[in-house]
Amino acid sequence: MSPSRSSTVPRTAPESTRLGTEIRLAVEQVSYAYSANPSQAPLFTLETTSFQARPGEIVAILGPNASGKSTLLQLIAGVLNPLSGRILLNGFVIHSLTPRTRAQRIAMVQQESRLLFPARVWEFVLQGRHAHGRSLRFESSNDVQIAQDALMQVGAAHLSDRLMDQISGGEKQRVILARAIAQQPLLLLLDEPTLHLDIAAQVGLLDALRRLAARYRYTVIVVTHELNLAAEYADQILLMQSGRCLRVGPPAAIYQRELLEQVFQVPLKVEMRGHGRPRVTILADS
Amino acid sequence: MRPLTFRKLFFQCLLLLVILFFVVVVALKFGAVPVSLYALGRDLLRVLLGQSSQISSDYGLIIQNIRLPRILLGILVGASLSVAGTSFQALLRNPLADPYVLGVSSGAALGAIFGLIAEPHLALPPDLGALLTPVCAFLGAAATVAAVYFLGRRQGQIESNALLLGGVITASFLSAVIVFLMSTVNTSNTRGMVFWLMGDLSTSFQRSVFLFLAAGFFVAMGVIYATANDLNILLTGEKEALHLGVDIRRVRFVVYVAASLLTGLAVSVSGAVGYVGLIVPHVMRLLFGSDHRTLLPTSALGGAIAVVIADTLARIVVAPNELPVGAVTAVVGAPLFIYLLRRRLA
Repeated sequence: MSPSRSSTVPRTAPESTRLGTEIRLAVEQVSYAYSANPSQAPLFTLETTSFQARPGEIVAILGPNASGKSTLLQLIAGVLNPLSGRILLNGFVIHSLTPRTRAQRIAMVQQESRLLFPARVWEFVLQGRHAHGRSLRFESSNDVQIAQDALMQVGAAHLSDRLMDQISGGEKQRVILARAIAQQPLLLLLDEPTLHLDIAAQVGLLDALRRLAARYRYTVIVVTHELNLAAEYADQILLMQSGRCLRVGPPAAIYQRELLEQVFQVPLKVEMRGHGRPRVTILADS
Repeated sequence: MRPLTFRKLFFQCLLLLVILFFVVVVALKFGAVPVSLYALGRDLLRVLLGQSSQISSDYGLIIQNIRLPRILLGILVGASLSVAGTSFQALLRNPLADPYVLGVSSGAALGAIFGLIAEPHLALPPDLGALLTPVCAFLGAAATVAAVYFLGRRQGQIESNALLLGGVITASFLSAVIVFLMSTVNTSNTRGMVFWLMGDLSTSFQRSVFLFLAAGFFVAMGVIYATANDLNILLTGEKEALHLGVDIRRVRFVVYVAASLLTGLAVSVSGAVGYVGLIVPHVMRLLFGSDHRTLLPTSALGGAIAVVIADTLARIVVAPNELPVGAVTAVVGAPLFIYLLRRRLA
């Protein structure tokens, strides 16, 4: 289908008012296998997975430990090469892009390595501009402006001159998000961004994500263990279990008691709330 | 937000260049023939401005042909070792990395000795023969970095303590091989064990060796400097660098080869001068910050200053005898290494 024709054909998108109608990310029949030694059986496999995401959409990947969530995220980031299938970002195969082009389009928020030497918050956020300039250069006033805006967007402008190892975990997570925003990506990937955050910081971070996704039309993919936060903020849920993608769909369709109990191995209760978003209560052993 | 500007970098380097000039003038003063500081400063400026014919004084010969070449050698060796140290620290993500501590200098020294042993048997033209030693030193350095890198790896990650321990053991082993070779093989090389194991700037070289060394330094420095921004991000973390647009494999390879070349060049003319690559980058980080766009050129200039000072001390503290310059750098460097190690473990 030619691009001009595809734009004229209306799609049956349920939320086409808020979300874009075009497909930004297409994961097509992707599988992956990891083995420490090529001659041995793989230690971990990701079975064929497919889904699509539009601009402005938040997709949450849920599942117990070792279900393949982070592997799928690394595949989407282009850091791992799929065994079969392909992942397209605006029609380009992600893992064939150069590191620089990839970083202009995809930003990752993950648990940070320990810094070897002290760095200021603004230096850290300016790193997000790296892929947008030549290798050896001095930051332009445009880069500085973008970095300042990014810090403002996550409500961390006041931290600009602090040292990275002197700010709290929640502040650090927002600064890392600001660096990702400074990359001006199409696709924002987050690997357990709410880990080690208190509840207020978790809600604050996800509110910021939803606002940013709406404003800059990022496609957001977030790996998380927080069932209720995912239900509250995600447009699509991808439910995974031991390397298999079980279901893809809106939270209301995925959050069914039997399914979640089978995946997470705990007794739980699912209620549907007024605005169509489910809520999960874990039932303590009686 | 105060991002680095070219102007700021320029003034930082200018400051260090001025300091280097004064250190060189003072270093030129010390020696058997007394010379006034004013005359030295004036004549050195004339040399820099290309008016060396105007120097009419009778000591011109001593200054230009004896004292100045040794100082220039010190400048090149210091700059090379400091830039190599800065590079290894970024490459191995270890602030205690240094060509000497990691055994890379010993590997380069062993390579250079092999080159000296092989040279008479190869019947090379003299110009090419002179290059054999630095090339072999480079190969020795590169092989040692690779060996230490694999010794320091645990499950695909570089483990800091294993890396340092691997380096120290490698250095000790290679030193033993050097001692063995120097004791058994009869070479025309007049440089002794102390030269290779401790480092010494008292050997005089032909002009062509100087030019080769200088050219090698500027090429390697330029190549490493082109990756300065990548190194900044690589130091933040490898998995972060993957997502911020750094071609990690390319940067690693380029810096690895260039830093090995710098170590090889320095060791082939001065032996294994220790700790310069450790002390100088640390001091420069304290003074100017850890951005590699600043750190690499300031370390080069700082290394030059440090080695010229160390060599001047080596010439005067036990005058009329001389210490090897490596003894001076080790006396200062080893305690600093212990301090940095303890502070990091705390």
